[in-house]
Order: sequence, then C-alpha cells, then structure tokens
Amino acid sequence: MTPDTHFREGLAAGEIRLQRCATCGTHIFFPRVLCPACHGTDLHWIAASGAGEVYTFTTVRNRPEKGGDYNVAMVELAEGVRMMTRVDGDPHEVRVGMPVTAYVGQIDGAPAVLCRRAEG
Amino acid sequence: MDHALRGKSAIVGLGVAGLGEAPGSNSWDIMAQSAQAALADAGLKMKDVDGLFCAMMEDSMPVLMAAEYLGIRPRHVDGTLTGGSSFVNYLASATAALDAGLCDVALVCYGSNQRTASGRLVTASRLPPYEAPYKPRYPVSGYAMAAQRHMHQYGTTREQLADVAVAARAWASHNPQAFTRDPITRDDVLAARMISDPLGKLDCCLVTDGGGALVLTRADRAKDHAQKPVYVLGAAAESTHRQISQMPDFTVTAARESGKRAFAMAGVTPSDIDVLQLYDAFTINIILFLEDLGYCAKGEGGAFVADGRIAPGGSLPVNTYGGGLSCTHPGMLGIFTIIEAAHQIRGTAPGLQLDGVDLALAHGNGGVLSSQVTAILGSEATL
Ligand SMILES: [Zn+2]
Repeated sequence: MTPDTHFREGLAAGEIRLQRCATCGTHIFFPRVLCPACHGTDLHWIAASGAGEVYTFTTVRNRPEKGGDYNVAMVELAEGVRMMTRVDGDPHEVRVGMPVTAYVGQIDGAPAVLCRRAEG
Repeated sequence: MDHALRGKSAIVGLGVAGLGEAPGSNSWDIMAQSAQAALADAGLKMKDVDGLFCAMMEDSMPVLMAAEYLGIRPRHVDGTLTGGSSFVNYLASATAALDAGLCDVALVCYGSNQRTASGRLVTASRLPPYEAPYKPRYPVSGYAMAAQRHMHQYGTTREQLADVAVAARAWASHNPQAFTRDPITRDDVLAARMISDPLGKLDCCLVTDGGGALVLTRADRAKDHAQKPVYVLGAAAESTHRQISQMPDFTVTAARESGKRAFAMAGVTPSDIDVLQLYDAFTINIILFLEDLGYCAKGEGGAFVADGRIAPGGSLPVNTYGGGLSCTHPGMLGIFTIIEAAHQIRGTAPGLQLDGVDLALAHGNGGVLSSQVTAILGSEATL
C-alpha cells in the first residue's frame, strides 16, 4: 500500500493518520516514503490527536448563488505538521492563532480533514 | 575572487509582442513575434539561434514546440518550468551553457494569449492533491494567506499593501506599453472588490496577453551586436516548496538565499542597485521581496513601501514599467522583469527612463512563493 493510500484509508475510517520518523522524531505530512527532515526511511503511522491552531487563513469571496464566501485555512496540528483545511462556521470570524480541533468530515461526498473551533 | 560566471554573458537583444490584448494571435504566435523582435534588436537572425530556453503553459514540452514553430534545430535546450521565475532562472542556465560552449546564441522566449483566450489567469498547474478539495483560488489564496500571516505577525496593513499597487500604477501611467494607466489612490485599492482576503482586485496582477524575449551571447562577442550589452553579473535560485502548505515560514521566502548568492556572485550590495524589478503577482510580493533581498528588516516591509518610497520620485525605484500589477501579466511575468531591468541599463525604457542606471536587479517568483530567482544585471562600467 502506498503512503498516500494508507492516509486515504485512514480518512475513510475517520482517522487522521500522520507518519512519525523513528530516527529523528519528526511528524510528517503529506505522506511519503522518506523523512524530509533526516531522510530516514523508518516511518511509523500514528493517529493525530486533532488538536491544532490556525497558522493563517483566507476568506475566498464567492457569489451567494455559488455557495457564498468560504474559509481556506492552514492549520498546525499539535504534532507539528501543517495542512490546508477548512474551519467550520462563519469564515469572517476565523482568526490567526485560533485553537481548532481537526476531524474527518466530508467535502463533495469524499472524506476530508476539517476543523471546528475548539473551546478556550 | 570573482565568481567564475560573473559577467560571462550579456543580453544583446530585447523584444516584446502582443502586450495587453492580442486578438487573432495564439500564445505561440506571440512567443514567435517576441523572439523575432529580440533578434532584430540584436541584429541577429533566427538561424543564428542554437540555444533555446522556453516555458509556456500550453504544452508539456514547450521548448520543443517552440523550436518547431520557430523552424530551428537548437543544439541546447532548457525547458525547466519553475512557474513565473523560469525566465530569470534561464539567465543562470543560459550563462552557464554559453560559457561551457553548449551554445553560442541563446534565445529566451515566452508568450501567452490568456486574456483574449479565456479572460482569466491561465495556469499550467493542477491543484496539489492535498489542497484541491478545499478549493483555494489558485494562486491568489496562497499569497493571501502569506499576507494574512504577515499582517498578524508584523502588523502590516491593507493600506501598506495598497501603497504597492498605487506605486505600480504611478509608474505605469508614464508607460505607453502599460495596460492600465489611470492613476489610482489608496482608497481605490481598499474599495476594490475582495477576491481572497486580505487581497482585493487591485492587490492582484492584471490578466493580459503578451510575450517577451531575450537574446544572450558570451560577453566577449556581445559588442558585435547592435545594442549596448547588458551583462549578467549574478544569478541565483532557491526553492522551498510546491504546495503552499509546505512553505516553511509564510513570511520568509527563499529570496533571502537567492538574493544573498546573486549579490555575492555580482560582488555588489543591495544599496549599490539603481533600480529593482520584482515579480509583483500580488502586492504582498513586493513587501516580502524587499525584506528578503535586504532592503529592510523582516516585518518592516509594510512601513518601507508607504508614502511613495518605491513610486516615481521615491528613494528606491521599483518596477519602473508598472509591473504585473499595472503594466502586463500574461500568466508568467519573469521575462518582463529582465526586459525592464535591461532597458533601464541601456537607457531605452518604454516608460520613465531613470538617469545613470548601471546596476539593476530582476527578481523572479514561481508557484506560490515557491521558487525564487534573483539576477543582477550591469552596464559595461560594472564589469
Ligand atoms: Zn527523520
């Protein structure tokens, strides 16, 4: 199974799977066959805790008849990886540094990592 | 000791075609017209070209398509595609190829009819697989997120971003080749329709047709041609990522490294440069590149560009032709940063010509702040 397939099977099972490098401890996203930090190949899968924070974001302006404005965010997970995702709710209320919880939801019928605002 | 390639090549011909709107031409036609214009400027013929450097968005093997269209059989080709920075990158590879004898006459060329063909920015790239589901507007959303982070971290304001657009328009208002020439104010930029916050329509580059071309030869034969040669004193690249999510720090680009090495190769410092041509796909680019190239400290770019410092009459002339924001932006801009830098040194700028330009910097950017390439060009006096 390719690393990408393993990640996608995780999403289908409701799990955000990340790789961890056994050599240097770096968590890796997107999935691949070597560690981009030390280039080691001894990688293990873990399930992300979901804890994260908005690193930056944008509100994509979109006509109401096309679904209206929506959020695109860069979220840093507690494990140290950053990924593109979407924060639920009013896109105009998203802020840099906002704590979020990543979960597996759906976009256009396919499983995808989404985020909801965390308490606190 | 001088870098082995410092001053070893020279730009001897410049050409543009189809700037603005070019109905009745496709991208290859515009590329070819640009190439012919640059060769005519140099006093050379198409059959003299034996090295071809070309990136286009219409084909996966554009350099081969271009050679076929032009009717030449180059013995050296380079079609490396790093997005809009490709053409500044070719200054480095063409200099090396010329110096190594892989070719004697290098033609760098580009063309696009994206405006008349589709009316929107055409990009050769599909969205990366881990980003596509979230529907970022490519590429503006990537730059918007860099701007948002810069604002958060350093207090940069939309007003400061707007000043970049106002300066570009002020330069363009003097350039008959510019697509948009009516002066704009900070308020106009702030009031424009938002595209991808915090960037509005006037924070974004134009969508135009257009093409550009350069002819380079080894420096030792550069004076045989019709125009005053413009020497390549330094050229250096660095890339950090392809997908914006993988950019190490959204407020720091690889221009820091490309610039450092280009300055070292040229043996000059940022304050020696008379004029800068920076890849302004979006207003945030200028702030990031001025910081990363050493013109101000990290985080101070917003204050630096305020109050007309980079506009006509300001202390640091940037994008004297109007840039991608106000002159032309046919999908990839890189070649136009070089063309304007070379014109300023030759004294042949189509818009405002500055006095006494001996050193000019051209900076290319590709992808979503992914590839950064800096070149430093000089007059004969700088050799
Ligand atoms: Zn590692």
